[in-house]
This record gives sequence, C-alpha cells and structure tokens, in this order.
Amino acid sequence: MTELALPQIDRTTVSKKSLIVSQLKKFTNEENVLSENEEIKPYETDGLAAYKQTPLAVVLPKNTKEVSEILKFCNEENIKVIPRGAGTGLSGGALPLQDAILLGLGKFNKILEIDFDNKCVVTQPGVTNLGITHAVQHKGYYYAPDPSSQLACSIGGNVAENSGGVHSLKYGTTTNNILGVEMVMMDGTITRIGGKTLDQEGYDLLGLVCGSEGLLGVITEVTVKILRKPQSVRAALIGFPTVEDGGNCVSDIISSGIVPAGMEMMDKALIDATDKFSKAGYPKDAEVLMIVELDGTKSEVDGLLNKVSEIAKQNNSNSMKLSNNEKERLAFWSGRKAAFPACGAMAPDYYCMDGSIPRGKLSLILKEISQLSKKYNLAVANAFHAGDGNLHPLIMFDGSDKEQLRKTEEFGAEILKACVKHGGALTGEHGVGIEKRELMCEAFNNDDIQQQLNIKKSLDEKNLLNPGKVYPILRKCAEEGRVHVHRGEEKFPDLPRF
Amino acid sequence: MSTEEKKNSQISLDSETLSPSTEKEVSEIVREIYSKKLPIEITGTGTKKVFGYNLQTAKKLSLSQLSGIIDYQKEELYIKVKAGTPIEDIEKILEENNQELAFEPIDFGYMINGQTNKGTIGGYVACNFAGSRRFKVGSVRDHILGFKGVNGKGDIIKSGGTVVKNVTGYDLSKLISGSFGTLVVLTEITLKVSPKKQSQITVIVYTDEIKKISNLFDKILSSSNEVSAATFIPEEPSHKNYEHTKNKIFKFNDLDQEGSFLAFRIEGDKRSIDERLKELKIELDLSNFKSSILDVHQSVPFWKKVNNLELFSGTKNNILRAVMPPAKCETFSKFLNKNHKYYIDWCGSLFWIEVLDKDDEKINKIKNFILENSGYLTILKKSENFDFQDTLFTIDSTRLMISKKIKDSFDPKKIFNPGRMYREL
Repeated sequence: MTELALPQIDRTTVSKKSLIVSQLKKFTNEENVLSENEEIKPYETDGLAAYKQTPLAVVLPKNTKEVSEILKFCNEENIKVIPRGAGTGLSGGALPLQDAILLGLGKFNKILEIDFDNKCVVTQPGVTNLGITHAVQHKGYYYAPDPSSQLACSIGGNVAENSGGVHSLKYGTTTNNILGVEMVMMDGTITRIGGKTLDQEGYDLLGLVCGSEGLLGVITEVTVKILRKPQSVRAALIGFPTVEDGGNCVSDIISSGIVPAGMEMMDKALIDATDKFSKAGYPKDAEVLMIVELDGTKSEVDGLLNKVSEIAKQNNSNSMKLSNNEKERLAFWSGRKAAFPACGAMAPDYYCMDGSIPRGKLSLILKEISQLSKKYNLAVANAFHAGDGNLHPLIMFDGSDKEQLRKTEEFGAEILKACVKHGGALTGEHGVGIEKRELMCEAFNNDDIQQQLNIKKSLDEKNLLNPGKVYPILRKCAEEGRVHVHRGEEKFPDLPRF
Repeated sequence: MSTEEKKNSQISLDSETLSPSTEKEVSEIVREIYSKKLPIEITGTGTKKVFGYNLQTAKKLSLSQLSGIIDYQKEELYIKVKAGTPIEDIEKILEENNQELAFEPIDFGYMINGQTNKGTIGGYVACNFAGSRRFKVGSVRDHILGFKGVNGKGDIIKSGGTVVKNVTGYDLSKLISGSFGTLVVLTEITLKVSPKKQSQITVIVYTDEIKKISNLFDKILSSSNEVSAATFIPEEPSHKNYEHTKNKIFKFNDLDQEGSFLAFRIEGDKRSIDERLKELKIELDLSNFKSSILDVHQSVPFWKKVNNLELFSGTKNNILRAVMPPAKCETFSKFLNKNHKYYIDWCGSLFWIEVLDKDDEKINKIKNFILENSGYLTILKKSENFDFQDTLFTIDSTRLMISKKIKDSFDPKKIFNPGRMYREL
C-alpha cells in the first residue's frame, strides 16, 4: 500500500473525538454512531482498496432531517464529512479521512414510490441500482444505466459519480436518466431539485450535482426515469484477427448510422483469462473480440444484426456467432461480465483504469498500452465499452510489492495521459476521486480548475464536504502522477486547502 | 494586470455594441468591463432577445462575428462550432452527411415576428428548450459534450470535451445550458450529432376527449415501439379571434380539418415503421378511433410546424411554456381546454399556451395551477401590456439562494445579462 497526500489533519478535531461522537448520538439513535475500531474497520476503504484511512467516526443517519442536523453541526464545528453510498466506487471517492466523519447512507434503503403513470421511481439513495429494476420489472420496465457493479452499487453513489454501463451508448448515463433529487447542503440546507418533470426551470443544478463526486451535497432521495423493456434483444459475438480490424469495425458500425444498445471489446489477454474463468467459449484465434447488442422491434433487430455482420465481414472478422435466443445472448456476455474476477484469478491484484478516447483511436491506444506493458513489465488485459470509446485496461500486479504498485500507478497514469493526448478524457465513468486527482491538470488548466473550485467554495465555503477528492492537492501538474507521502508525516505543511 | 498585458489590451469600449471576432477578444472585453463593473447584454443574432426580462444595459456584446465550424468528425458523431454559428449552418452540413441534431432546435422566429429565424447555437444552448423529440432523446443539455467560454472575470474556461463518456470534474456543460447567458459568454460548443432516420410517418388520431388523449399519451410513453414525437392540437376556443388557427396552419392532404387531433411520429426504415405501426394500432386500440396517416412528405413539414410554434406565428399575445409531470396532462388540459388556445407536445408533458393581452390575471391562475401540480412555467413572450411585477421563470427560494451562489462563482460582479432570468441573478 502506498500513501498519498491528503488534506492536512485537523488535530483539534481528532482530539475532540469523544465529544463529537456524543454530540452525533443526539442527532440519531446511539447505535447508528460507530466509533470503536472494529466497528469502523469496514468503512476504511471503498472499491479502490489500495488505500485505507480510518475515519474519526461513522454515522448512519436514517432520514433527511438527521442528515441535515449532522451536516449543520459539522459545518459549525469545522468537521470534515465524507459521504458514502455502497462503497463500490473505483476511484476512492469515499475514502475516509482521519479527522472526518464518514456519513453512510446505508439506512436509506427503501423505494419510496413506484409511479408508473409518470414513468419514474422515487427512491432513497441507498437502494441498489439493480434494486430499482427489480421493483418495476414485473410490469416490463427497467432502469437503464447498468454499471457492472449494479448488484451492489447504490443509486445515490450512481448520481454522485454519474455512472454509466454497457448500455450507455444508446441510453445514456445517470445524468440522462434521473429527473430529480433531494439534497442536503453542507450547511444543513435541504433542497429539492427537479421532480417528475422533464428538465427544470432555472440553472440545471441536477446536471451540476450529478457526477460531482459527493463534493457539493449529500443526496437523500432520487427520482429516476424508468423505460419499457425493448421487445427484442439480440447480440453478435465477433472475432477479429487484428486489433486494427476490430477498431475499424467499431467506427464503421457507428458511422453507418446504427446505434447499438451496447458494443463491447476485449483483447486477447482478456479473452484467454475469461475463457479459463467462465468457459464462455470465446474464439481462440481472435486478437480482439466484440460483442454488439441490438434492441428494438424484432424485424428491426434482425435487420440491424445482418448489417452489423456485413460490416464485420468487410473488416476481416474471422469468427461470428449471432444469438438466437436469450440463453445464447447471455452466454456471450458471461465472459465479458467475468472479466474483472478473471483478472483477479490471474494475479494477486489488478488495477482497473477508466479513460475515454475517440472511437477512431481504439487500435492506436491499444498499441500504446501494449508498449507500456512491455516498458513496465506488467501484464495488462483490456476491456472496452468500444461504442462510446470508454476503456478499462486492467493492469495485473502484486500489491504486496510496493515497487510493483508504484510502477502500476505510473503505468495507469501514462495510459490516462495518452487518452487525453488523443482527444479523450481522464475518466469515462469511474470518477476522479483520489485516484486521478493529480492528473486533472492534464485535462484542465488553472483557470478551468479555479472555476470549478469557485463553485465548490460557493456551496461549501469551508471545504468540509469530501475534501481531498477530485481537485489536485499538490498542484504539481507538470510532474508525474501522484506524489506519495508517508502516513502521519506532514511533509507538506503548506498544502493549499480548497 | 501586468504592464505587458496592459499594453496588449487595446480593447475599445466606445461603441454601443461590441463585436469580438476571437475568443481572446471576448476575454479582453470582459476583463475590461469587469474592471469597470459595466453590465452587458450578451446577444447572438438577437432572436431570443424577447425571452426573460428586458435588459437596460448600456452596452451589448454580440457574438455574431464568432461564427464558424471548427471541427466536424462525423464518424465520431460530434461537431465543434463557435458559439455565434447560425443553427442553419450547422444543420446544413449535418444534412449533407445524413446526420442531425437529435434535439430538434425550435425556430422561435415564427412566434417572435412571423418569420423563420433560428438564431445561433450559443443562444439556443443558453435557453435549453428542446424540440418535439425531447421525451425520447433528452434535452439540449444532453447533447452538449463540452464548451469553452469566458467567465465574468474574463478567464477563458472549458468543461467536457468531444467524447460521450466523460466524468472529469463537474459537468458544467449541463449548468451553462439554460442559464440564459448569466454565467459565461459561450465561445465554443461541441455538440453530439446523430444519424438521421431513414424515413418517418405520422399517425393522426381524431378525438376531442381529454381523457382519451391523456390515455393515448400514456400508452405511447409506455410503449417500446419508440414513438419519437407525440402532440395534441385542440380546436381553438370558438369565442375568441385568433390570427392563426389550427385549420389555417395544419393543411395537409391526409389531415381532416374537423375537430381536435393527436398526432404521433414513427421514424426508422420502412420495414421497422410498418412493424411498429402494426403493433401500435393494437396497443393504442386505434380501431376505436378515426385516424389517418401522413406519409413522409407530409410528416416532415407537419412536425416543423409543431416544433416551430407556427400556431403562434407573429402573435402579439403572451406565450407561456409549461412543463408538467406526464400524469398531470389530463387535469391541466381540462383546465385549459375551451378557455385558451394551446397545444401539447412531448407526449403530454409540454404545453404551449397563448394568453390574450391584458389578461395577466389569467396568467396568474395558470401559474398557480401549474405550481400546485408540480410543474413549472416560463412566460416566454410578453404582450405589450404585460405587468412586469410577475416573475417570468418559476423557482423556489432555496434553489434561488443556491443559484445566486453559483452565479457569484462565475460572475461575481453580475455583469452578464443581469436580471435576465431572475432579478437577483
């Protein structure tokens, strides 16, 4: 485990721990405030497990009023607050701080209203993404964004991160699929943004809050749009002899005017890994494998699938299977969905990156990643949401070897820099968190970042809500990746705090 | 400002309208007006000038010189343009490549003075008023991949980029959409573009019964047959004299003139249109209604008329834009029906309402009804005698307080379009 620069620890707050804990117990039931080491241990990390921090205390409020009172108190007492949903985020957005209260939304786990008339669901933020679909599927509806962690991730966390998924190519990400939220600001103010209408009057605060990584407010209720399930869904499993052929096929499909529901790609390393793991029966002779899913009316899907196979043939595909029933379609996906655990089985640890690039640069970036893999002598497997240019290189390493972790992080940073260089983005759907914080200057200049910090400051004047995330702490943007420090040693007493 | 910077800054604020032709010039002008605390009205070609409160600023900043396509990558499905680019220029180049802006920009020119005038993309994004396809494809803001602009201190800032998947930092592209030029002077906008559908038809269902209309809208919204637009055009109240009537505007061979009608559009290739039409006929029980079909040659101009508010062409009256939760369609329609000239778009969610001049009391009644039913209202066009005591955009006090803070973070001296949306912003 390496350590990274965190906001300066407020020793006064740490020294007042017992006082703070007893105060928090006045706002909610005593058993909802956790402060003993063994109780708070599960909250030390999130989906970016390389980093751990012990929070001052954990509080699990059960309603909006309690959240408001807790935030108001913390604001008045200058206590930092880290909001947390299900803790599945991959960029360390819910990493605690030693002088901060961890505010868990786990008790907000009820769906409040299923409103088929308005085609929406009003839910508490702790409900899982898939939980929403489960609640409406009996009438043929579903909630469209489907991050791979949808079984466990919470809808509140989805809003904070603007989560996507394999079907965001056609159906958009969280921001395109929510209608409203209730949110508590750091000073305790409760506000409702949007509702059951399309769009809202005034500034698009919903758009601002979605993807703000828990820096602007704590989401206490979400209204999501639900969609009718498509009548027909079919998929094609297509292998290509070269990376270029696969990349060209993606571009050709999109520019032909077809908008697939999903279009995924995997490289050879991942095909081999997943095949061992899930026995998905993927072609052995393919350098890259593509899954294209189409939905709509039956004849439309059949027609589009034929068109896709023609385009694939023109791009030298060397294997092709078209699903004829649900079982076959799900079998195509089984390998892709097992991609992450398969990598977990191949090496002690893997590091999942998340950059975006223009679709046309897919083969170029794959080549660069392969060169970097040789440079760092670390194996890498690649999974792409190819249709929207979102890549997830999985770097395999041994986390017990500090040098390997350091190299892995450098490798990852180089991939993301390459994404930005090719006209893409640092993060497509996992968020910046602590992971890509110091790389923000690759994408933005000081004025861009200052504007964002000004917004943060206007809504959280003392920078108490999820500090140390998203925006560079060190502002050494020209330098490589992140800078490590040893725990407790305050090497940067002059750290700027925003 | 350093001496060097001062030397380079030769911006003259002498003329009433400042027309920069580069982003750098915009930035320099804003730095000057910031230092002088000089409020300014931001305009494109002035088509949407009537929206919001009238501004009393001494100077205007016109972006009409900041025009042109910067980068169009049709395979990557985006187009990057300067903010003052006319929408028609963008639509033309997309059309040539069989692509389009899926949010169907509304031509407000008809409503404003009876003539087509789509204005600039910057002005359009600043309003965030999506066209008929909204319920299917999202709003204008959902199609903005990134932007560059100048904040109230003169700093050039950017957000987003050219790729669809991007969660790097706050999503400011959403925030600036619909901010009516009160946060930044937009200089560059990257828009997501979509492949054009091969063909389309429109099904006309004749009925006057509000309950049936709202039921049909609900069934269309619930259908997986991907209807891409649905509108209800009622007969105007007979006792009022309106310049433009339903029958005058919607003249098509296959559209009967008598009575009110609901219309919905199916887009795609021919086979898929046929298949979906067949299924929709069953889903919507169309055998119980009188109906007709507009082929592609009638369907395309039909939706242009709906989208472009031609029913209100050149009106001198007030035009209200109300958005309601879809399930409130029935009660709101009943409230309006026979009293007002109005029509419904967005499959039961968007209401365009004409209120006669000197009838401000009616506007208040409509507004109260909308707020009580969880909708929102924008008084888009004001008649000559409109009482400006009233707010043009609805908002609650908490969100206004948050909006003020955000305004302050972009434009601390309130120099951009002050009071355009809300007096406090």
